[in-house]
Amino acid sequence: MRREFIQTQQTRKFGWVDILVIVLSFGLLYFILSLGSGMKAPVVPEQISEISLDPLLLPYYAGRSLIRMFLAYGLSLVFTFVYGHIAAYNKSASIVMVPLLDILQSIPVLGFLSVTVTGLIGLFPGSMLGPELASIFAIFTGQAWNMTFSFYYSVTAIPSELREVSAMTNMSVFSKFTKLELPYSMIGLVWNSMMSFGGGWFFLAASEAITVLGKDIKLPGIGSYMATAIDKGDINAIYLSIVTMIITIVVVDQLFWRPLVAWSQKFKMEQSEGDEQKSWFLDLLRKSVVISQVQTVVRTIALKIKSSIKGINRNKLNLKENTLIKFWVRLLKWGAAFGVIYVIINHVFDGLLLVLQLSQSDLLKAIGYGGYTFLRVLAGTLIGTLWTVPVGVSIGLNPKLARFAQPLIQIAASFPANMVFPFITLFYLNYHISIEIGAVPLMILGTQWYILFNVIAGALAIPNDLKEASTVLGLNCYERWKKLILPAIFPYLVTGWITASGGAWNASIVSEIVSWQNHDLIATGLGAYIASATYEGNWPKIIWGITVMALIVVFTNRLIWRKLYKLANEKFNIA
Amino acid sequence: MAEALIKLDHIFKTYDLPGNNNSTVLSDINLEIQEGEFVAILGPSGSGKSTLLRIIAGLVEPSQGKVYYKNESGEGFRTGMSMVFQSFALFPWLTVLENVKLGLKNNHSLDEKQKEEKAIEIIDMIGLDGFERAYPKELSGGMKQRVGLGRALVMEPDLLLMDEPFSALDVLTAENLKRDLLELWMEKRIPTKSIIMVTHGIEEAVYMANRAVVLSRDPARVVANIPINLPHWRDKQDRMFTALVDKIYSILTTKEVGAATYKEDKTKKLAQLPNARSGALTGFIELLEDIGQKTDLYKLGDQLNLDLEDLLPIVEAASMLQLVMIKEGDIELTPIGKAFAEATVLERKEIFREQALQRVGSLNTVFSALNSKSNGKMPEEFFLNILTRHFGEEEAQNQLNTIIDWGRYAELFAYDEHVGQLFLEKEED
Repeated sequence: MRREFIQTQQTRKFGWVDILVIVLSFGLLYFILSLGSGMKAPVVPEQISEISLDPLLLPYYAGRSLIRMFLAYGLSLVFTFVYGHIAAYNKSASIVMVPLLDILQSIPVLGFLSVTVTGLIGLFPGSMLGPELASIFAIFTGQAWNMTFSFYYSVTAIPSELREVSAMTNMSVFSKFTKLELPYSMIGLVWNSMMSFGGGWFFLAASEAITVLGKDIKLPGIGSYMATAIDKGDINAIYLSIVTMIITIVVVDQLFWRPLVAWSQKFKMEQSEGDEQKSWFLDLLRKSVVISQVQTVVRTIALKIKSSIKGINRNKLNLKENTLIKFWVRLLKWGAAFGVIYVIINHVFDGLLLVLQLSQSDLLKAIGYGGYTFLRVLAGTLIGTLWTVPVGVSIGLNPKLARFAQPLIQIAASFPANMVFPFITLFYLNYHISIEIGAVPLMILGTQWYILFNVIAGALAIPNDLKEASTVLGLNCYERWKKLILPAIFPYLVTGWITASGGAWNASIVSEIVSWQNHDLIATGLGAYIASATYEGNWPKIIWGITVMALIVVFTNRLIWRKLYKLANEKFNIA
Repeated sequence: MAEALIKLDHIFKTYDLPGNNNSTVLSDINLEIQEGEFVAILGPSGSGKSTLLRIIAGLVEPSQGKVYYKNESGEGFRTGMSMVFQSFALFPWLTVLENVKLGLKNNHSLDEKQKEEKAIEIIDMIGLDGFERAYPKELSGGMKQRVGLGRALVMEPDLLLMDEPFSALDVLTAENLKRDLLELWMEKRIPTKSIIMVTHGIEEAVYMANRAVVLSRDPARVVANIPINLPHWRDKQDRMFTALVDKIYSILTTKEVGAATYKEDKTKKLAQLPNARSGALTGFIELLEDIGQKTDLYKLGDQLNLDLEDLLPIVEAASMLQLVMIKEGDIELTPIGKAFAEATVLERKEIFREQALQRVGSLNTVFSALNSKSNGKMPEEFFLNILTRHFGEEEAQNQLNTIIDWGRYAELFAYDEHVGQLFLEKEED
């Protein structure tokens, strides 16, 4: 977990590029928005299928949800390879592409869920394909960025010797990808994929059932089942959907991610023993006869494809040598670049005009609300820290317990927290707890696990000799915490904070407004501001709200977290 | 006569292994250390030297037996001792001064200012003047160990424990630090009454200590207790010095080999393979062939720049396969060894295969197990389980690695790492 993070948090100075990129993202945001808002009255699909609460349909719904998750994951992978590849090899493109990725990571994707839904419904009028794609897109936006970061940093970190070898053996772009870049980035990519996929459930649960322009759209899936159960106040159905969710997560973990993680270990560069990843399913696969036969078939097909691709590549090489074609390709590239810049600048301008329609008090209100939500995020992170540090350290100092607890926590982290919101909402309603405070636990519910995860990893990493030295030096319990444990886990804690607080911002959009049947609890905050703006379809407010939130996230990342991260790595790094 | 500062009384240490087995690491260790002694504990790697040191310190509880420190036995870490670690064990987030001051944590007779003065005094003494505010990562290995030493000395321990304090340092740095420590000790500039040092460097032990305690392996017993009465400063070229080193060398090698064969013959237990790679082994035999005569083991190690830790397994492996003969610290090729050295690559494999199947029980077991299966395949876990019952988890993996390496070299069987499977290679054409 932590190692991956180091790769993605290289300390860059905040410069003009970042400002440019922020402006650029603003334009991009408005561009997407205008796609949606262009269709003022989208043709909402007629045949909105009613979600049945029949338990026997749950496996079917879970299957539909799973398909969505895997399609989104596939999309994320494609995006990762294309974007990461260009950013890694094209120096001038990377100047913009890397900071852009950083900003995209900070944008609360749930905010413009309704926007993409409207836009996509407009593209496929009267069909469920629109909402379906919007849901997949929402999951994609929750998964893609850190995978791309991981791939980009792995590719840029390939040792020059390996590059030289691939140049000497005249590898084609494709074989360079399969033989060098993919293996080299595999471990980080698989790990980040697993984490992203786990986080994706949250977006799935949030995106399957959505209200756009006063219309309820429910895609057949486990998230909508849950939403329907909430609408009808059917507690049993809620329990059932939670159980189904857990089973689905565990099954995917055991049959897909564990084998993949165990398999990816063969790409380890250093030959160190220990922390071996095991998967019973992978062992089973490896030993089965059927699989080995399938493998041979796949291999022969792959070989055929490869040889045909080689031919294509050779043709390409010849083409490139032609100066005239080179010239045209160049011209095309520049033309495309200018086109994109023109469109975006145009939209930045239009977007600004739109936002300026808001009254000054409305503009200030969003900023003020941002302050409230900021305080909630901090409070949530603090609460998350207070309980995870003692718990995480006692788990981490006991490796046997850790081995047992870690997979459980990973499942807890994957479980979409928004699925337990109804219970908490009911609790708040019954005991008259103000949502102003009540939103805090909701926001951190799903993301505190990342702090716990990291604290455990940190405690596990405390070297034994330092523990012995503290005994030899006669440190008492208090001194042990102060001199050994807290400093040692600090870098891990910071990593956990960054992940958890980022997630909390995203969660604020669904946590600051919660409902049970027809009771709505609304907190004062930016999350609620954005959520109600999307409900009303108020474009200026949506743009402004998302922009403010993204800016706050970006600036806290730069001004607080990254400073802490630097400090942690300089002073408290054990390695 | 000074009173015994520390006394070990029938110390045993066993670890539980899966399946009602246990492995004894330390067996019936009796040891007395007087005031004024500098004792070096020597032994092959994996002999439990460090465990013994931790039992003395009270960091690890013995399974049986008692440790008396100043005639008292108690549980937990004993006050009046301090320890220097192989890996320095410095707190990376504390400066040199803060690390050293940590040693004064429980010294309540000093106020904050006096503690600081005292820590600075020690830092000067160990030659780190000017580095008080530096963080460990800014220091070289040698300087780090000086801090480790300073932190131990500032506690003014009666007994200083050192766990391979010089083995993580390069030769020159280590030499320098050894001299400085010895000087402090001999000139009585530190109030330390006794020092116990765990090491695998025989020369280092003879250079510094008054007594060498030699442990055997598997389980560790005290096999020799050798007083070193040479006057300081000792000359490493001196005949008396080399004779002593030679003597300890021969004790270690004969006991080592003796223990291994003893086990194979008398009990049905699997003999532990020395962790030597086949490549290193063949290189070693070639070298002996080049030398062409009986050679002193100690000189050989010196010449190859290998310390005991690296050389012993190779010697042991060669001897196990009857390629060499060892007598009183001298080593010589056997006729089989000579044939092996002169053979071609393929012939060598044949000799190796024959010797290995005859002499190495575990390799034989693996080979026959594979032969008994119709498809000639077996998962490594199967063998790992058997080995774990004999040697414990950690050593089992080492054993399996060696078995696989030898088996591959002898072309007895092959191994697929990804599948974790050992298999007989089908004889094609």
